[in-house]
Amino acid sequence: MNEFVIELKNLSKSFGNVRANDDITLSIRKGEIMALVGENGAGKTTLMKLLFGLLRPDSGDILIHGNKVSPKSPADTISLGIGMVHQHFMLVPPFTVTENVILGTEPRQYRIFINEKTSRESLKKVSDHYGFNLDPQARIETLGVGVEQRVEIIKTLYRKASILILDEPTAVLTPQETDELFDMLRQFRSEGKTLLFISHKLDEVLAISDRITVMRAGKITGQLDTPQTNKEEIARLMVGRDVILRVSKEKAQPGDSVLEIKNLYIRNSRKQEAVRGISLHLCEGEILGIAGVEGNGQTELAEALTGLRPILKGEVLLKGILINKQSTRQRFDSGLAHIPEDRLQRGLITEFTLQENLMLGRHQHPSFQSHGFQNRENIHKESTRLVEEYDIRPTELNRLGRQFSGGNQQKIIVARELAKNPVCLVAVQPTRGVDIGAIEFIHRQMIAARNKGVGVLLISADLSEILSLSDRIAVIYNGEIMGLLEASEADERKLGLMMTGTRLAESA
Amino acid sequence: MAILVSLIIGGIFILSIGKNPFEIYALLFKGTFGTSYDIGQVLFKATPLIFTGLSVAFAFRAGLFNIGAEGQLYMGAMLATLAGIWIPARFPSLPSLIVVTVCIFAGFIGGGCWGIIPGWLKARFGVHEVINTIMMNFIAYGLTNYLVLEVFSVPETIHTPEIGLSARIPRFDALLGIFRGSPVNISLLIAISFAVLAWVILTRTRLGYEIRAVGLNPKAAEYAGIPVAKTMTLAFFIAGGLAGVAGSNFVQGFKYYYEDGFAAGAGFMGIAVALVARNNPMGILFSALLFGTLSQGGLAINTQVPKELVEILEAVVILAMVVMTELFNRWIIKQKNLS
Repeated sequence: MNEFVIELKNLSKSFGNVRANDDITLSIRKGEIMALVGENGAGKTTLMKLLFGLLRPDSGDILIHGNKVSPKSPADTISLGIGMVHQHFMLVPPFTVTENVILGTEPRQYRIFINEKTSRESLKKVSDHYGFNLDPQARIETLGVGVEQRVEIIKTLYRKASILILDEPTAVLTPQETDELFDMLRQFRSEGKTLLFISHKLDEVLAISDRITVMRAGKITGQLDTPQTNKEEIARLMVGRDVILRVSKEKAQPGDSVLEIKNLYIRNSRKQEAVRGISLHLCEGEILGIAGVEGNGQTELAEALTGLRPILKGEVLLKGILINKQSTRQRFDSGLAHIPEDRLQRGLITEFTLQENLMLGRHQHPSFQSHGFQNRENIHKESTRLVEEYDIRPTELNRLGRQFSGGNQQKIIVARELAKNPVCLVAVQPTRGVDIGAIEFIHRQMIAARNKGVGVLLISADLSEILSLSDRIAVIYNGEIMGLLEASEADERKLGLMMTGTRLAESA
Repeated sequence: MAILVSLIIGGIFILSIGKNPFEIYALLFKGTFGTSYDIGQVLFKATPLIFTGLSVAFAFRAGLFNIGAEGQLYMGAMLATLAGIWIPARFPSLPSLIVVTVCIFAGFIGGGCWGIIPGWLKARFGVHEVINTIMMNFIAYGLTNYLVLEVFSVPETIHTPEIGLSARIPRFDALLGIFRGSPVNISLLIAISFAVLAWVILTRTRLGYEIRAVGLNPKAAEYAGIPVAKTMTLAFFIAGGLAGVAGSNFVQGFKYYYEDGFAAGAGFMGIAVALVARNNPMGILFSALLFGTLSQGGLAINTQVPKELVEILEAVVILAMVVMTELFNRWIIKQKNLS
């Protein structure tokens, strides 16, 4: 009798000369929650793809329940009893919960017709057993993110998975939803299911797992028993050196008002009101954090402030001047800078070189062009300076944007935006999907900008980021501000309640 | 390498009709590089392809697929012809240099304006430029056809009256006595300078930076404060203008009149020219030369092989060349990734 349900032996996988997985040996026992942590690019995703049959290993073996397997497709893996809950949900929005769950394994009647009644009933049984409280007939597009995730989980259970892989499952959840998810995972464990939990949020890993495997640069750098370790140790194994997890900052010295938002209404792309009557003001030399679960109007707010989306109603004043009707370029010229939410969609041009990316939005400045011709000497000088100052690696100015790691891509954006010497910086999810080392660096840069008198509007779904950087914190829910707190009065519980729609006055 | 493989594939075709490929290829080579006249003909055929290739490539750099080079070429050539008839008649004392320049400018404006329309439709309403430009081609055909046959034609012909002497672009033959007998003319130098100009604009100017930004990632361009719609429209104007000047080779340098349907697909061929050159203005000089060779070579083997098969052979070789270029580029990328 073998107690290990998954065994990976000397698994290696290379892409070109990059060893994405280098001699990985890992065993997971039945009924345990194993956490897999590591920075972006450490090889977690590759490892999961190997296990899930999306990639084939160069060498090494995969054993499931003691039998050697070589999964060639996700279908093989599913038949072995492995289910995966992806970070980005793989659901068909206009389909119902039932239709999504049975997708690919539809029970047939007379070989042609889908027997939906049978599937609905068996789905209901699974759902009730775990207290999922799901309506099998609801359409996915009408459900919240937390519920969608349950559909993903139930999909794997419906297929009788005994091993569950969860890829960054808490990235889109509120603290309360995370707690519920964790209760669910513990119930699975008590039923003998095996869980592999991928994350880089160390608090959560410590809260839920039995054992922790740390990866760095394609190798396993540590296997720890959760009760015998701490955040500092894990972070050190992840990064390879000591990391300062808390940013130190002095008390803010707020000056004059730089950004004033008065009763703002904004529509989203589907013409619905995504922001409904927000009023806020931001001063020089302070960081105002806007917390909230993604999709509650943050994107629209940032886009409207930076001129990428029209304002329906209300006023935005930058240094006392109404900028409602100003173009993006005019707003930049009056001292607004913007770290966009999606670095690959907006923040960078992946096929531009590092140097060209550092000029994006600054290229029309007189020091970088005259009479329409680019001033290549100044561009080169400025780029060299920024690469050094912001520790962008590698330092080749002609390297394409897509060839940089997520952390360095984000540094390129931060460098460029702060080099504009802005009076106001709108930073949206500035460290999402970025490794710990870069997070630390970017946070320090933002504090430094604040200390120099920049007003920073920090829009983030990452509560620990909001709590460690902000001087004041507002919470947005469903397009409205639920309340505004001094950072010293805020904690995760209070913010979490507001993030799910409880107003500050009610929660107090 | 790419050429070799395409020649082999072409050879199989020649074999299939019972001819010796080596003989045919020898003939093809002789017909293109045998005499200075033949070389002149190759250059003459390559000249309009440089312009249309540049047109497609320039639009492509802005993320736009310009299928409309053909129509832009006709409209530009028509306007240039009218200017070439009218200006010398009205101002006989104007020096040739000025008249020629004005005519080329007219060609640019004619093609450019034809390019602005689909550019604007795309930028303003998001109507796909492929559909726009195809429709604009039909309109251009019809319009120029009507103008030539019904309004400006010389009776019993399908062309306009001749342009004035001062609007004509001199041939190398007349100037230097080289490429004797071939109509290859100064348009070739104009084409080369436009290629250099396009390269400078794209890589050295603020406009080029903005065009490339819009082409690669319009959302990021918007974020950077670049007026996306304006840039797209402007890029399409320049692309149309480049195609519009292509007619100068034929009208001002060869026949001295506008003949209905003279371009014979040079606009469409521009797409292949740009593709093989990977939209690099400098590369277009070479790929246009390649396509010019093929087109001249087709004429040379016409006596040995039926005309239809020459056309098929040309198309097969082009296709093979495009595929091979693609494979070759992938191979290079792979090598780069490995090292």
